[in-house]
Amino acid sequence: MAFALVDCESFYASCERIFRPDLKNIPIVVLSNNDGCVIARSTEAKKMGIGMGVPWFKVRESFLKQNGQVFSSNFTFYGDISARVMNILEGFVPRIEIYSIDEAFLDLDTLKQNYKLYDFGCHIRSLVRQWTGIPVRIGIAPNKTLSKIAINEIKRRNIPTSVIHLSNKKQIEIALSHTPVREVWGVGRRLNDHLNKAGINTALDLAKVNPQNIRKKFSVVLERTVRELRGERCLNIEDDISSKKQIVVSRSFGERVSNLNTLKPIVSNFAVRAAEKLRSEKQKCSQVSVFVRTSPFNINKPQHSDLKSIELFTPTNDTRDILIAAKRGLLPIFRSGYDYAKAGIILNKFTNEQIKQCSLFKDPNEPKQNTRFMKYLDQMNAYETQIYYASQNTKKWSPMKQNMTSPKYTTNWYELPKVN
Amino acid sequence: MKVNYIGKISEENLPAIFVPYFLESVHAGFPSPASDYIESPIDLNKHLIKNGAATFLVRAQGQSMVGSGITDQAVLIVDRSIKPSHNSIVVATIDGEFVCKRLKLKPRMCLMPDNPEYPPIFINNGQELEIVGTVTAAINKF
Repeated sequence: MAFALVDCESFYASCERIFRPDLKNIPIVVLSNNDGCVIARSTEAKKMGIGMGVPWFKVRESFLKQNGQVFSSNFTFYGDISARVMNILEGFVPRIEIYSIDEAFLDLDTLKQNYKLYDFGCHIRSLVRQWTGIPVRIGIAPNKTLSKIAINEIKRRNIPTSVIHLSNKKQIEIALSHTPVREVWGVGRRLNDHLNKAGINTALDLAKVNPQNIRKKFSVVLERTVRELRGERCLNIEDDISSKKQIVVSRSFGERVSNLNTLKPIVSNFAVRAAEKLRSEKQKCSQVSVFVRTSPFNINKPQHSDLKSIELFTPTNDTRDILIAAKRGLLPIFRSGYDYAKAGIILNKFTNEQIKQCSLFKDPNEPKQNTRFMKYLDQMNAYETQIYYASQNTKKWSPMKQNMTSPKYTTNWYELPKVN
Repeated sequence: MKVNYIGKISEENLPAIFVPYFLESVHAGFPSPASDYIESPIDLNKHLIKNGAATFLVRAQGQSMVGSGITDQAVLIVDRSIKPSHNSIVVATIDGEFVCKRLKLKPRMCLMPDNPEYPPIFINNGQELEIVGTVTAAINKF
């Protein structure tokens, strides 16, 4: 009975290294959209003390002075490499859950009884490394929560093989005693404070609490975590990819926006993109939210952020309906005199495209019914946007100030890596 | 009690039930004599790429491998899952650079160009050689 968690080491930074052999042992950081914050660091960069999520401008000078290499994020490339890694993992066991771009759970129950799980982990690691160039850590444990703990244990003990199998009670207890409770899967910052107040500081402390008491005082979710820490299995591999519950399209702007007439078309662009995503998921939504916010880094400037949700009585995925809702959401939250740095559209409350809930009363904002029109537009805009809505920004407006992006090595004929 | 007319339920508002019809149409005339012999068209990907997850495309630069039929700007198919052997054409990294050469394991290990104008690359002490993958094909466009 065991699960393995396969976790790619400093994934984005490792991707950047695949086709840049000159960057071996060189500190690498990857920046968020708009080159705002550090979102990935190579081991060398971590050793330099570059924190996760720190604003780039704060560490820029010292990082570059120490010959660090910086990249804007290249999600096209990372996505391709991730798909390759997951594809290889799927070849090992029949049941896998892709948990994020750089993590996957493997169900090892299907393996033969006498299989040495540690050796199996080492085999997976060396194969993924050879085939893709990506180094992975593998934590093997009786359940998901403990496999996360196992990964932490690899990091903490700096295990050279990057593979660990927590197989007996003693090993598990040692690992738990070294794990602060906030690092347990599912324990957030707020929960951490509550637990600390109750004298629960390590994962081992949490594992020792009676799960039923946890259920009473906290929640069923945390109770499940406690049971898993004790070695029970409560969470299973979720191999059916359930459809999304929310779609968010948001960007930081290249330049601050303080004018409503500039902001409206930008938000319209987000709404159009969000509606396209919604249709590709074959869903309809009945809530459209708009948010705006100023930059938290401009401390001297006045700050404002707000969100407005518009309810739609009849679910829709027609861009025209979503555009109207987006405009209705934006107008009340926009305030002049602020330098906005970011805005976005969130679509919520999904129902399947096929299901139709008829309202008892006539909906004053009856959605458009001509789905074929949207289908044609999607087809025409599939490769490159050719048809715009009147409220959109049609200029080749680039929201991102990204100029340190690596080539699309694996997805563009003109950007293939070069060999001599 | 007074009742106001709200609206009527139109037919298209009712949930649709899909009734399976025929998957294939039935031809009344003579069936195509080729229908039993249809095969999928030739797929270059299938022919050139055996292990997609481990295969990368790179672009060759220079004339050093002309003797093996790799011209300047050729696209090379590199399979990282194939273990190279003596005489394999490989992509390797040496001194932080990618090179494509023929791997010679004897009499002394070296990376051999396929062009007499280029010297072989021997691995000196302190130099690190890493084989990235085996080149399985080259695509030269004319």
